[in-house]
Amino acid sequence: MTTHTTMTTPSVRPRQITDAPRRRRGRSAYPYWFYLPAAVIYTVLFLVPTVASFFFSFTRWSLFDFTFIGLDNFVQFFKEPALIKGLVNTFIYGVVTSGLKVVLGMLLGVLLTSQIIARGFLRSVLFFPVLLSSIGVGMVFTVLMDPNNGLINDALALFGIDGPKWLTDPAWALMSVALVDVWKGVGLATVIYIAGIVSIPAEYFEAAKVDGASSFKSFWNITLPLARPATATVIILSLIGGLRSFDLIWAMTKGGPGFTSDVIASVIYKQYQAGFYGLSTAGNVVLFLIVTAIVVPLSMFLNRKEVEQ
Amino acid sequence: MKSFTRRLAPAAAGAMALGLALTGCSGSSGNANQTTITWLVDNGESTVSAAEQIVEDFQAANPGIKVDLETRPQGGDGDNLIKTRLSTGDMTDVFSYNTGSLFQQISPQQNLTPITNEPYIAKVSETFKPTVTAGSDIYGVPVGTGFAGAVLYNKKVYEKLGLSVPKTWDQFMENSRKIKDSGVAPILQSYQATWSSQLFVLGDFANVAKASPNFAADYTANKTKYSTDPAAFKGFQHQEEAAKAGLFNEDFASTTYEEALQKLVDGEGAQYPILSSSLTAIQLTFPEKINDIGLFPLPGDDASKNALTVWLPGGAYTPKTSKHPEEAKKLLAFIASKAGCDAVTKAVGVSGPYLVDDCELPAEVPAAVKDMLPYFEDPAKNSPALEFLSPVKGPSLEQITVEVGSGIRSAKDGAALYDEDVTKQAKQLNLPGWN
Repeated sequence: MTTHTTMTTPSVRPRQITDAPRRRRGRSAYPYWFYLPAAVIYTVLFLVPTVASFFFSFTRWSLFDFTFIGLDNFVQFFKEPALIKGLVNTFIYGVVTSGLKVVLGMLLGVLLTSQIIARGFLRSVLFFPVLLSSIGVGMVFTVLMDPNNGLINDALALFGIDGPKWLTDPAWALMSVALVDVWKGVGLATVIYIAGIVSIPAEYFEAAKVDGASSFKSFWNITLPLARPATATVIILSLIGGLRSFDLIWAMTKGGPGFTSDVIASVIYKQYQAGFYGLSTAGNVVLFLIVTAIVVPLSMFLNRKEVEQ
Repeated sequence: MKSFTRRLAPAAAGAMALGLALTGCSGSSGNANQTTITWLVDNGESTVSAAEQIVEDFQAANPGIKVDLETRPQGGDGDNLIKTRLSTGDMTDVFSYNTGSLFQQISPQQNLTPITNEPYIAKVSETFKPTVTAGSDIYGVPVGTGFAGAVLYNKKVYEKLGLSVPKTWDQFMENSRKIKDSGVAPILQSYQATWSSQLFVLGDFANVAKASPNFAADYTANKTKYSTDPAAFKGFQHQEEAAKAGLFNEDFASTTYEEALQKLVDGEGAQYPILSSSLTAIQLTFPEKINDIGLFPLPGDDASKNALTVWLPGGAYTPKTSKHPEEAKKLLAFIASKAGCDAVTKAVGVSGPYLVDDCELPAEVPAAVKDMLPYFEDPAKNSPALEFLSPVKGPSLEQITVEVGSGIRSAKDGAALYDEDVTKQAKQLNLPGWN
């Protein structure tokens, strides 16, 4: 059967990728009952809630009873005044945090793979914020970013700079949270880059040096292209994180002032808080579809380029 | 035998908590008959203090019953907790929750025990009853005093500048400009506590009700809207006007509720549109300055119709799932009695009148409460807030009023946006006229 398919499918590229799972299905190493415990856990904790949430997204649901209302929730969700703002903000937030993490992560990665003193210590210091709770970080920065007696603006005042009203100015609120998100998450990006840069064979750099390449040139022509798998990972991870970001925003601005720093996740959470359970479930279905629609093609694009190289 | 020991353990622990005197009186046979019931209240400082005092006095009067207090978060998280516990049958024997609009959302007929025919209901004020009624039954009793949504002002600032209490919006603006010239922040706003931004709109409702008496009914039936009714729109308009005139404290966006109260008490700010329940907080934190604070209703256009917007207290209810319905009803009866009111007065003082007939205010009440009483006593001079007259209340008003007050959104847009916001709520409740 397997060989038959392979032979009749005209294909220029080798079929290894699609063939592998099919072959595996034929000669499973375990009896079926062996899968049962995992299957039960998967069904109860993942499959049932997912199906249930798709179902409840078509109902008006008060926890006590529900009425089936077809697509009304989706219609209502897309009419939501805060939604457009939330969507735009989600994309801005996702792109800004992801972009800054790539750039800063790369630069810090290069710095921390060089022969710098106390390298191990510096690496741990950089990674430390990743381990902190988002809520804690959010609360601390809310205090630091207070426009009148926060430490950040006090420090800026020493240099004669009149700092912005970080979290309460509608023009700054979302960016301020994004900057904190980058501070918190850049450690992880850097670690991924360090791994990527360290795996580049030293011969390339030696050869470049022999050819008289400047350090900027060897960064541009060797490190940057060869760290591409790391870049792909960082972009995908931080973009997914950015698109469904919620905890930091909620801890720092609650989507405010007004609706100015609302993202999709906070819009949905507010609907849930207000008791619109059907509506907020519909919102989560939409969020799921949006993240999938962005990340799946992006991931295919980035990984294909990698294979072709 | 098993059930006997299970009951004995918490009872013994309870007796220890009550102190030696009670243990000595009840003896071991009395302990075995003691029933423990639970009461869920929100975690606000004054709510908890009041509830603790009620429990203490209730247990002293009913030695056979022990009450365990549980607390829950306030706001939206608390709403969800209440709904979840009710729907899973896991609710405490008695719980405190809002009256009016939010009460309608917990499906009272399905979840709560009606107390319409209980003797203690007779003493509950007629104003309060509709806010805990669903269908033809009454489900709750009032906990604590009513309060007002009004302007608290610093009397010393007013005296120093020779100002008198404004009766119209124009006078209020004029006063505010004079206060600004003297270097004091005229109107305090605290947008870190987003809920406090709603007072210009919600606290203006008594003026709306006097100008268009059918507003609440029409509003519930989807026949009128905030953006189309000129009287109702005034609240949004006033907030915009005050913001544009630069009459707010400069750091309004980052000020918290507590900071605003402190500024008011210290005379850094002169006027604060807020709920009068904040008097309890002032009394706890700045007891020596409580009489520097006065109160007047949010002014409208017509001095002769200026009325006070009144908030009714939260209710205490018992769910159908309670395993000790008799004991729970005894606690409700106690809360709705003179002894219950006295316990609240003793613990947190008063921020308005009680809604139980034989409850009395203490001889000494804060100056702001004295200012409030004439309005409470004359029905022509007050109206319950809209949330007690109509189940329609949108969840996003506080974000919208923050935007209007910060100049991010115009009053007109804000009112229109709020009208859209309430549509979701009305649909969720399946109200006629909205689908």
